[in-house]
Amino acid sequence: MSPHDLTLQVIQQVFNGVSLGSIYALIALGYTMVYGIIRLINFAHGDIFMVGAFAGYFATAVYKLSFFPALVLAMVVAALTGVTIEFFAYRPIRKAGRISALITAIGVSFLLENAGLLILKPDPRAFPEVIPLTVYNVGGLIVNNRQVLILAVTFGLMFLLQWIVRYTKIGKAMRAVANDRDAAHLMGIDVNQVITVTFALGSALAAAAGVLVGIVYNRIDPLMGIMPGLKAFVAAVLGGIGIIPGAMIGGFVMGIVEVLVVAFISSGWKDAAAFVALIIILLVRPVGLLGRNVGEKV
Amino acid sequence: MATQFGWKKIRDYLSLIVTALFLLGLAYINVISGLGLIDRYYNGILILVMVNVILAVSLNLINGITGQFSIGHAGFMAVGAYVSALLSIHLRWPFAAVLVAGMAAAAVMGVVVGIPTLRLKGDYLAIATLGFGEIIRVVIVNLDITGGPRGLPGIPPKTGFFVAEALAALTILVISNLINSAHGRAMLAVREDEVAAETMGVNATRYKVTAFVVGAAFAGLAGGLYAHYMMFIDPKSFSFFKSVEVLVMVVLGGLGSVTGSILSAAVLTYLPEMLRQFAMLRMVIYSMLLIVMMLVRPQGLLGTWEVSQAFRDLWRRRETGEAGRRDVHGIA
Amino acid sequence: MALLEIKGLTKAFGGLLAVSNVDMAIETGELVGLIGPNGAGKTTIFNLVTGVFEPTRGEITFDGCRLNGLKPYQVTKHGIARTFQNIRLFQNLPVIENVKIGYHLNAKSSLWASMVRFPILREEREITQKAREFLSIFELDYRADELAKNLPYGEQRRLEIARALAARPKLLLLDEPAAGMNPQETQELLNLIRWVRDQFSLTILLIEHDMSLVMQLCERIYVLDYGVTIAEGPPAEIKRNPKVIEAYLGEEAV
Repeated sequence: MSPHDLTLQVIQQVFNGVSLGSIYALIALGYTMVYGIIRLINFAHGDIFMVGAFAGYFATAVYKLSFFPALVLAMVVAALTGVTIEFFAYRPIRKAGRISALITAIGVSFLLENAGLLILKPDPRAFPEVIPLTVYNVGGLIVNNRQVLILAVTFGLMFLLQWIVRYTKIGKAMRAVANDRDAAHLMGIDVNQVITVTFALGSALAAAAGVLVGIVYNRIDPLMGIMPGLKAFVAAVLGGIGIIPGAMIGGFVMGIVEVLVVAFISSGWKDAAAFVALIIILLVRPVGLLGRNVGEKV
Repeated sequence: MATQFGWKKIRDYLSLIVTALFLLGLAYINVISGLGLIDRYYNGILILVMVNVILAVSLNLINGITGQFSIGHAGFMAVGAYVSALLSIHLRWPFAAVLVAGMAAAAVMGVVVGIPTLRLKGDYLAIATLGFGEIIRVVIVNLDITGGPRGLPGIPPKTGFFVAEALAALTILVISNLINSAHGRAMLAVREDEVAAETMGVNATRYKVTAFVVGAAFAGLAGGLYAHYMMFIDPKSFSFFKSVEVLVMVVLGGLGSVTGSILSAAVLTYLPEMLRQFAMLRMVIYSMLLIVMMLVRPQGLLGTWEVSQAFRDLWRRRETGEAGRRDVHGIA
Repeated sequence: MALLEIKGLTKAFGGLLAVSNVDMAIETGELVGLIGPNGAGKTTIFNLVTGVFEPTRGEITFDGCRLNGLKPYQVTKHGIARTFQNIRLFQNLPVIENVKIGYHLNAKSSLWASMVRFPILREEREITQKAREFLSIFELDYRADELAKNLPYGEQRRLEIARALAARPKLLLLDEPAAGMNPQETQELLNLIRWVRDQFSLTILLIEHDMSLVMQLCERIYVLDYGVTIAEGPPAEIKRNPKVIEAYLGEEAV
């Protein structure tokens, strides 16, 4: 392989990695936002991604909606699911300690997966061809319109999220609660409302990822949320959990590392690569890429 | 205070009765098992209960006693299972030797994983142990000697109920002893407050690694038993879900309570079997029970309570007679 | 030679000098106070001496041994114990277990031995016996089996001192032991500190905001401001020192 071809291939793989990473990033955002607000690893988040994918599937396959209405519908359905879960399962246990909350989240995750297997059946389903595939060749770089769509939707949603968090009243309230929940409460912020909105936003982003995965990879099933969910969580930790830009960067890093390992080593080591990257980063920077070291006060 | 005292007394006697019934049941199982009258199916469940008891009690040492949140226990179990199985298949070592070798290999893995990751805290430690657990699994998938993703068949069936039972009892004894020693107290201190423990002369790093390695070794033992019961192992059996399953047992029993770990390992192994008649609904019911139990009793079934406390209280009361009323609660 | 000797001790956090070029010398048997306004670097000095932080520059010598770079548990083994400003007990352990940790250093059985022994061993029974006696000195024996977190505030403070003493230190560092106490409790604490010093032949260095307590109790006082020692001497002198008055009351008051 000539150096030119190698360079081209690396660029190609990095591009592929970025589009896979967008999916991780979208899911990771939900993990990181929820963690930032209530310090909970929301294990069921990967399954919300699955719920979103199925909502998108029914919207397009059964109700024949086109891409954007289906995307919005899936996001709304997932947001409602997320909010419901928070209200019934996490809110009652919020004061009981983090490990109890984590186990509850694991329970919710199992419930969504098994209810999915029961109701939706275990067999994978083919996602309808909402967007016909077109492949472009840009100077040797193979790019298809679905990858472009993933990037466009991901970046669009990220900018929207950043705008909400930075400039809207509820976004400011979210940041205040993330910073110091008790102080925010004393300042008159409705903490419960902020938590509800956080779950809604995070779940909607995961649903968007679910629909995009359905369109690009064509296959969805009730257990599809497990691995991406786990890796997205790793991505959130990688970037520095609780930090929104960290989740985005972490997601892209995960996607790129994974694709490069598959291209240049072997697909068998794909899943290990993500975790090796995680451990190396945690050992070098125990708080993640963008995390700030807050020493314990003695 | 009087009512509380009465309730405590009732609870102590009740736990005495429950323990007696439990031991009686265990004796009964041993007798019919010894006479060869036990159903193959139940025999299998009982062995898996013992394997899970070993896993839960050993993870409790790490998570509940030392407070180091680990979710990679299945990785250590896998190391023990594969090492012991391979030694059985290829070198035909005796069963006891392969179990010890499996434990040793898992313990070594505990050192390898523990030393770098135990510098991390809380969720970061959890995710790093999860990562190591997954890496161990992926390595097994990619090796030739392990049979890769297809699994490793042909392991000699050596784990019987009595062996599993004896080793579970041994595990409980050894880990309880450790917890009740000065070393166990140091581990508890690390859980409660690492900085304060260090200023009391406790080398926190050393105790964290110790708990991790001892826990890993027993997970390796559980893996060896499991492999020699199933006669076939594959990487899927030791995925992140197995780790989560054990974690759920520990938390549901009550983090830090050995009694709780044993109880919930037994219940949670048997429960899915009991629910088998509900077919597809089975796992839905299981996960709902999990959520409901957490909502109703977030501190776990037993909290940090141990059955030995009941005996100690009863004993003390017997010794002091009615003077037992001079209990701290009486004064407060 | 002094029991604890600090020379040119400096600690920088980023660009901020929390402690700058501090010298201290504490003789065996002394009861010394360390005072200063909030943020003066008092607790930082405790953290440096006990190995929680590593000094940026300077020397800490205790009983002839250099402590720089030692971990907290190693420092404890040299004979220094401490309490914390915001009480750090082992909250979910019974009171008696909190004290028993102190005997950790003297426990003889190895890890292996403790795993295979039978549950009730003589050593453990002896430790329990000693711990109970120890608690009775601090009038906490009637609380022995209660969880530390369930004790009232004053008793928690007392338990923390008891726990520190269980490590058999030569030097005891007390970080604001009277914080949050009412005058009567403070008076009792004062008597307790004097009493333990004599009883255990201790050397004590304490941080305190309650001036009357420091003035009554300490034989010698160091005053810190912005990480620098601004005065040192017996209470009577410190009270009159213009620099100290300025640091505490602001320049206008002078």
